[in-house]
Amino acid sequence: MTDATAPGAAIGRTPLLARIAHAAGPVLAVVAALVAIWYLACIPMNAAQSALDAERAGSELSTTAADRRSMSGLSVALAHPSEALAGAFAQERPRLPAPHQVVAELWDSTVDKKITSRRSLVFHAGITLGPTLLGFAIGSGLGILLAIGIVHSRVMDLSVMPWAIASQTIPILAIAPMIIVVLNSVGVQGLIPKAIISAYLSFFPVTVGMVKGLRAPSPADLDLMRTWNASGMRTLISLRLPSSLPYLFASLKIAIAAALVGAIIGELPTGAVRGLGARLLAGSYYGQTVQIWSALFGAAIVAAALVATVTLIERITLKRMGLAR
Amino acid sequence: MTGTRSWIVPVAGAALAFALAAAWLGPVALVLVTWLALWALNARLAEAPAARLIAPVLFGVTLLVLWEMTVHLLEVPTVILPAPSQIGVAFSKNLPTLWADFVQTVLKGALSGWLIGCAAGVATALLVARSDVLRRGLLPVGNFMAALPIVGTAPILVMWFGFGWESKAAVVVVMVFFPVLVNTVAGLQDTDAMQRDLMRTYGASPAQELRYLKIRAALPFVFNGLKIATTLALIGAIVAEFFGSPTVGLGFRISTEVGRLNLPMVWASITVAALAGSLSYGLIALLERRLTFWHPSQRARR
Repeated sequence: MTDATAPGAAIGRTPLLARIAHAAGPVLAVVAALVAIWYLACIPMNAAQSALDAERAGSELSTTAADRRSMSGLSVALAHPSEALAGAFAQERPRLPAPHQVVAELWDSTVDKKITSRRSLVFHAGITLGPTLLGFAIGSGLGILLAIGIVHSRVMDLSVMPWAIASQTIPILAIAPMIIVVLNSVGVQGLIPKAIISAYLSFFPVTVGMVKGLRAPSPADLDLMRTWNASGMRTLISLRLPSSLPYLFASLKIAIAAALVGAIIGELPTGAVRGLGARLLAGSYYGQTVQIWSALFGAAIVAAALVATVTLIERITLKRMGLAR
Repeated sequence: MTGTRSWIVPVAGAALAFALAAAWLGPVALVLVTWLALWALNARLAEAPAARLIAPVLFGVTLLVLWEMTVHLLEVPTVILPAPSQIGVAFSKNLPTLWADFVQTVLKGALSGWLIGCAAGVATALLVARSDVLRRGLLPVGNFMAALPIVGTAPILVMWFGFGWESKAAVVVVMVFFPVLVNTVAGLQDTDAMQRDLMRTYGASPAQELRYLKIRAALPFVFNGLKIATTLALIGAIVAEFFGSPTVGLGFRISTEVGRLNLPMVWASITVAALAGSLSYGLIALLERRLTFWHPSQRARR
């Protein structure tokens, strides 16, 4: 990250490969452990169905279906270990799908389907991405303006800030269906209602981060601006805004993840037509667990990609400004 | 300096308001003038010693008054936005129903899930912090998980645990766990070399170092996590009810009353949720002030 010719840059430098192994090794180990636990958990979770399938296929079991209904998944799995193991990872509608089933469904619904197809996850992710980005733009713009107001006006600081905090203790996601339905009845449909929910969720982290960031310049720097007789606007542009950028990017990362959650929730009450949230809802209506899990992982991948994009912009901007750590 | 500056905002606002009022006429102008008057009053009161208390209250009252005026003067249909007075009537008429919803969603679903999730998060963090490899492995994964739309697990967990409050508590546990874990782990790391050296000079055992240094250093971070967790817990409990619930609960109430276009009742349910959220957030903040009074962020500002 740092310039190789900078003084002291070579001190403590380790080979790149060793550094990657040092950073990624433990993470990979943890992920591998999680996947292993997931596979193990599939056995008792799906045991009841596996036993039923084995019985239907003609094998004799020591327990009847009625017995098993009162038993926990773990005891069913212990009573019929071989049946539970055989049927755990390949069911049509498992209670807990195995990781490879989810990956297969993800692959099937992204790569194998045309993007314009209703069954393509990329299509649904695109539908969700629109309101996410619009809401994120509105929310962070609003957040920045509000923060500038709060920093410059004592009245706003005293009166607006407590309400901004209080507004976040209201579970906005609970109001989401109402916003959608009400705006729908007025005739506003599609992108805007979902974007409003995204904006509401993403403005708060930006406001808090920016207030902190705009107040970050040291008193000495602010005094210097005053000695130069700089106006409030000049101080804002030349001192406060640049020094707030690290704080801004930190909160933008939170805000964009929150915007995605808002857009997904915003899709739930529209009757599950299009989008990642609609896939979740449709999956839960029809008991398509593999579809729910693949939509969930699709959302996770989109979230990770969005946060990574902001991180990349952050790296480039801060580096060009000479603020990179 | 701030004294003169704070007048610029209302004056500029007044110019804008009158320009708009001239173009628009009637009720809108009245609403704007009221807004300006209350804002000017607030600006004057902001100089008073008790401003920290008065200003936000007055701002809240301003919002309510403007809301009420807008609804009545512009004749906004109740289906779109009910007036605060209508919401108040719906609230007081349906107190027993709302209380039952509160018990079901907040006490049974959110609170039990919050307690389990936070306890699990802190306990895992204490275990993880003992090993450097575990910490370096789990922290990025935890950070990643904390940024994910975990609300999406709600349909799965409702499928597993049934329609009762248990499934709501489970959603809350999953939502709350990672922010608390990540914050606590970061907090347990937040000791400087000088403090650790001091503990070593005293010959402190690892358990003593944990008790007298690390846990105390971690507290501000833990409280940060707990605060995030309170709002997440309410969201989780309410949203989980959209995927299936008994005929009681705030989420159930909101979704059914929206269906019947009974908006005052919807807003009354939202008021309950907001009160529960603000109160629990306030309680945590109070506890934080009592326990971490020594931290710079808790000292008097400016």
